[in-house]
Amino acid sequence: MNFDFSDDQKYLKEQARKFLSEQSSMAVVRAVLNDEQKSHDAGLWKAIAEMGWLGAAIPEEFGGLGLGELELCVLAEEMGRSLAPVPWASTVYFFAEAIKIAGTEAQKSAILPKLAEGGVIGCVAASEGPGEPRAANLKTIFDGTSVTGMKVPVTDGDCATHALVLAKHQDGTSLVIVDLTGAGVESKAIKTFDPTRSHATLTFTKAPAQLLGEAGDGEALLQRIYDRAAVLLSFEQIGGSQACLDMATDYAKGRYAFSRQIGSFQAIKHKLADMYVALEIARSNAFYGAWALSSDAPELPLAAAAARIAACDAYYLASKENIQTHGGMGFTWEVDCHLYYRRSKLLAVQAGAPSLWKEKLVRRLEMRNAA
Amino acid sequence: MDFNDTPEEAAFRQRAQTFLAAHVQPRAGQTESLQKRLSDKEYMLAAKAYQKAKAENGFAGITWPKEQGGQGLAPIFSVIFGQEEGKFDAPAGPFTIGLGMCVPTVIAFATDAQKERHVGPALRGEEIWCQLFSEPSAGSDVAGLKTKAVRDGDDWVINGQKVWTSGAHYSDWGIVLVRTNADKAKHKGLSMFFIDMKSPGIEVRPIHQMSGGSNFNEVYFTDVRVSNSQMLGGEGNGWSVALVTLMNERLAVGGSPGPDYKEIFDWAKTMPGQDGGTLAEDQSFRQKVADWFVRAEGYKLAKFRTMTALSKGQTPGPESSIGKIITANQLQDITHNAMESMDHFGIITDAEYAPSEGVFQQSHMWAAGLRIAGGTDEILKNIIAERILGLPGDVRVDKDVAFKDLPSGR
Repeated sequence: MNFDFSDDQKYLKEQARKFLSEQSSMAVVRAVLNDEQKSHDAGLWKAIAEMGWLGAAIPEEFGGLGLGELELCVLAEEMGRSLAPVPWASTVYFFAEAIKIAGTEAQKSAILPKLAEGGVIGCVAASEGPGEPRAANLKTIFDGTSVTGMKVPVTDGDCATHALVLAKHQDGTSLVIVDLTGAGVESKAIKTFDPTRSHATLTFTKAPAQLLGEAGDGEALLQRIYDRAAVLLSFEQIGGSQACLDMATDYAKGRYAFSRQIGSFQAIKHKLADMYVALEIARSNAFYGAWALSSDAPELPLAAAAARIAACDAYYLASKENIQTHGGMGFTWEVDCHLYYRRSKLLAVQAGAPSLWKEKLVRRLEMRNAA
Repeated sequence: MDFNDTPEEAAFRQRAQTFLAAHVQPRAGQTESLQKRLSDKEYMLAAKAYQKAKAENGFAGITWPKEQGGQGLAPIFSVIFGQEEGKFDAPAGPFTIGLGMCVPTVIAFATDAQKERHVGPALRGEEIWCQLFSEPSAGSDVAGLKTKAVRDGDDWVINGQKVWTSGAHYSDWGIVLVRTNADKAKHKGLSMFFIDMKSPGIEVRPIHQMSGGSNFNEVYFTDVRVSNSQMLGGEGNGWSVALVTLMNERLAVGGSPGPDYKEIFDWAKTMPGQDGGTLAEDQSFRQKVADWFVRAEGYKLAKFRTMTALSKGQTPGPESSIGKIITANQLQDITHNAMESMDHFGIITDAEYAPSEGVFQQSHMWAAGLRIAGGTDEILKNIIAERILGLPGDVRVDKDVAFKDLPSGR
């Protein structure tokens, strides 16, 4: 049994934490929060690119470091802990992974080396309204060479250079790549619950687009991309949940009420213990997802769903009870609790809300039992 | 990252599988467990024979020192044997507490002559041990116990009552925690003895549980004499001896204690749902199945992480402490949902009518006890908060007060 990260991977995690505690301090996060014009921290993005993280899991032949998905997982956890205000998840978990699993050699050569350098910022443009984007409720159309329609919301849509767009095509849906710096693209920033990550509407008018993967395979391919991204997101969520638990624990030790540390009251202890248990369930499921992702196991869809559900639960609980533990201070702008509360919600609804994943999980269970 | 045994672990697992296949029946495909098929007496004979076979084949006292008749192996091997044994209907239950907690305490504190006398017979299944700690007024706060021992020449004389003692009625020996000095503070006036359960003055009575069954006992002590030489760890040191006992609690490696997500989901395919289909097709039910799956898997995978630490020779992290909180609550939740999803029919326990012979109803009763036994949810959460998260202990009103002066309510 070796169900753990290697010493090298743990070392990478340690280094990442140290790096981010300096480069992605709360002052950096708040600079993006407080400035509506600022989509992300460009300095941090450059620094991350220089560290080679953007290409960590990109093969060396395409300009990456050629490490594996397990390395991405440990980086994801630290990015989540630090609330890094950069288009990292959109670019690395979604866009790069999509090109890696479905791109042609030409697409890989054109995009991945630039992405690893920090010159390509990716995003996913799937949603057009409330509910899961499907052929039945999409209006955006791909005609074989260009795409027309409007997407909202698109995480990192206002700073991205490329988008993966889910569009109606022939009888079904296809996933296409659009260069957002080209013609026929209009992006407009929109306000969201989590201003530390930028969001936009993207309007396409005959914008040149190229197919990713098979025509008509859009939803299925997007699901495969989501299965991979869900594991990586779950590590971000664990990092954020751990940050909340650490923060609440520290506060409970230092804050006095009724002439005692509030952490000596069982009402607080049990709350924090519940957060810990949820986090351990999430961490264990995420580890399994990491194993499935890195070994291309057929268990990936089930493992990814479990990792995502557990991580969404843990982060929601940790972020809301962190506020509660802080009392009135927790409801102020100055105390950082709300930043995690915001981020936890973004990560829970991005790439499919937990209720959708629960249904996916049960369908996978049925398939497994039938097999 | 992988789930493979090391070559040494794989060889041990193989050896364990061969042994188990030769001595006990696989659990799978059995309609009735050995314990249900046999009378109590027959089951005890089977259990003793099985323990003897384990000792003869090198599977008893896996982590104990060789000089005590153990195998001197690392804890991972004990976990591996437990995993394999769990796949069989092995009659190991009567020895769990004795070999898991009591005898290791004897090994830690008894004289060489006493170890020579007691460890071998316990290991070979010839003698069974029980643990006598809890009392009617000392559960979560076990150091508040009142059973007292008074010195009389070379002996001590014990009076009082213990409760929730598993296996007291068939045990040969027990370790008993008693108060030897009520003038000292609560934790400081305790001492531990090992005692012959057939001693005059010991009376064992079964407890009638809310489930209707009787799996535990009350044990009454009336002028029971025990030799001073049977005190473990010295007078007044009972609390630290008890902590050693509790630390020896085996790593939980068994499966879930009743129906889990898989059982209820399989069952739901045969139950009517709300919209003319089956229960397994109901959206609200499916969402719950996903939650149960995530928790069951989370717990299973947390144990894999514990095994990984053990396999590398490390001390397991705190992830091993979350087990019972998850499993007991999950069992209560699953069985609650199974019963409510049957509507009025869910109340039936009569095996003639109740689906799955009433296993959900039985387990729903049992789950309520499981959340209390061996550390309540609340105590376990205190442990997580204090030992893992490092939160301060509760305010103590009993620290520097003589035990006899402490308020004790009813």
